Amino acid sequence: MTGFRLPRLNRRQVPLLVVGAAVVFALAYVLLIAQKPPATGGGNWRTTTFGSAVDDPGSFLRIFLDSITFAGALFIVASGFALIFGLMRVVNMAHGAFYLLGGYIAYEIQQAMTGQGFAIPTSQVNTWEWVVPLLVAAPCIAFVGFVTQQGLLRWNQGQELRQALITIAISVIVADQIIAHFPRATSTVAQKFGGNAVSLSWPGWTDRFVNLHVAGVHYSLARLVMLGLGIAVGLALWLWLYRTKTGMVIRAGVDDQKMTSALGINIQRTFAIAFVLGSALAAFGAVVWASQANIAAGQDGQWLLNSLVVVIVGGMGSIFGAAAGAILYAFVLNFSATYLPTAGADCCTQYSIVVTFALIALVLAFRPQGLFGRPG
Amino acid sequence: MSDPLLVVEGLNAYYGPSHVLQNVSFSVTEQAVAIIGRNGMGKSTLCAAIMGMTPPRTSGSVRLEGTELIGRASYKIAGLGIGYVPQGRRLFPSLSVEEHLRMVAGRNGGPWNMRRVYELFPRLAERKRNGGAQLSGGEQQMLAIGRALLTNPKLLIMDEPSEGLAPTVIEMLVETFGKFEEEGLRMLLVEQNLVVATSLAERQLVMIGGEIAAETTASELAGSVELQRRYLGVEPVAH
Repeated sequence: MTGFRLPRLNRRQVPLLVVGAAVVFALAYVLLIAQKPPATGGGNWRTTTFGSAVDDPGSFLRIFLDSITFAGALFIVASGFALIFGLMRVVNMAHGAFYLLGGYIAYEIQQAMTGQGFAIPTSQVNTWEWVVPLLVAAPCIAFVGFVTQQGLLRWNQGQELRQALITIAISVIVADQIIAHFPRATSTVAQKFGGNAVSLSWPGWTDRFVNLHVAGVHYSLARLVMLGLGIAVGLALWLWLYRTKTGMVIRAGVDDQKMTSALGINIQRTFAIAFVLGSALAAFGAVVWASQANIAAGQDGQWLLNSLVVVIVGGMGSIFGAAAGAILYAFVLNFSATYLPTAGADCCTQYSIVVTFALIALVLAFRPQGLFGRPG
Repeated sequence: MSDPLLVVEGLNAYYGPSHVLQNVSFSVTEQAVAIIGRNGMGKSTLCAAIMGMTPPRTSGSVRLEGTELIGRASYKIAGLGIGYVPQGRRLFPSLSVEEHLRMVAGRNGGPWNMRRVYELFPRLAERKRNGGAQLSGGEQQMLAIGRALLTNPKLLIMDEPSEGLAPTVIEMLVETFGKFEEEGLRMLLVEQNLVVATSLAERQLVMIGGEIAAETTASELAGSVELQRRYLGVEPVAH
């Protein structure tokens, strides 16, 4: 008699199966299993904020768009970090501080241009009053990056611990100086200085909701612009890295710095270019996200962590990695915040951060070099 | 009288505490020079030291047409006119064949451009779009040589160019090297393969334990099984 035999499981395949099952369950949960919380009383393991995607496709679409648009902003910041990390093996711990400083500089410029005080209604900001702050803040931070790299990091190449300590020191100094000097342009004395939360305003034309004609969803044009900017930065970086000589040198430098130098190429100059550009991208991302949400003292650490997570997940030295990392991280963050089980009508889970760390742990366990990283 | 092309004088190199090259002196003037010797004798370290790659730490003197190279950055040394074909090729896995050449082309003036490299190695022209890692060993070596030629060197340093290649490919490379020699491009060749070393350069320097232990000639080596045994410790090649 011939019995049906299950294929023997290799021990190494077990964790992969478990993870696969978890991912399938999570998808099924979001799409089908989840339920709206009851009007009164507690929920059970199936109750989430909005219910399943099948029940409430509008909310699902909105969260999907929230995730992908947040990924746009995240990519702008993290691609700068990834560029520096990938090429120079420098973990720029000051990236978050550069982000914050860039955001505050842009805020001051916008305030100076509009003279509106703390909160400017978006409708009163024209395109220039958004673009000029960006065009001032990004070069300012690029210059700060240039001084950091040429003045401090260049002399400590290959010494990772020193570089980490130097950039941590810079981030502490910059963050404290922000608290001491920003924001300057506020209407009330109580709000002046101390690194209070401020926000930029998007230009007026973005202040409307676009009818997507899907499940009756109207979606913020400003957030779609944010996604567009992320895609534009990604495309520009791709063209630069894959279509120009400097880009080729940078990719060669990521592979083998010493060999690149031995071909007569001044890799130091390329390092400086990459560091300057990476720093400017931190400021660019700050202007974008501060227009959507806000910036405040203390967020430097959060954005450094965001950038680190994106690079760890995506793999260093690859813009595709940074894009994939930003998208995955944004989706996991947003979806776990809304679709983890909640305790009924009194809303909202606090556990989404755990899921993002689970994402990192999984990537490190199965693909330590990151999704797009090269092993070794 | 003009300065000789390359003069190495009292060159020492260290990896951490270990003293790898000990007081090495030689020069390259009007003809190609081969450095032969067994594994681990310091041949590759010599190449790295001349190219200004760190590590190793170096002391002593290396002069290219009278210009001191010790203490100069690697890219400046390459810019002064030394092309480097490293051991193991060291191609860039992220770059295509075309990109390898394009990133180097046009930096130093001289007779070499991408078209000439493709004419020299038609195989590379056929594989323009391929990644550096997708090439066969021979194609990789052609690319590493082509890339070095595009720096328009006066001196080409090649570290084990025949390593891991099929005999027919080696033959083709030896023929190409012969053309370089005729065109006046000087070569410093590090080799373990005696056929390649002796067919390319008359002057043969033997490196043992980080020192130049002896100087001999290709004809002398070819004629003496005893010398081949002593310097290379391998069974002699049939002639």
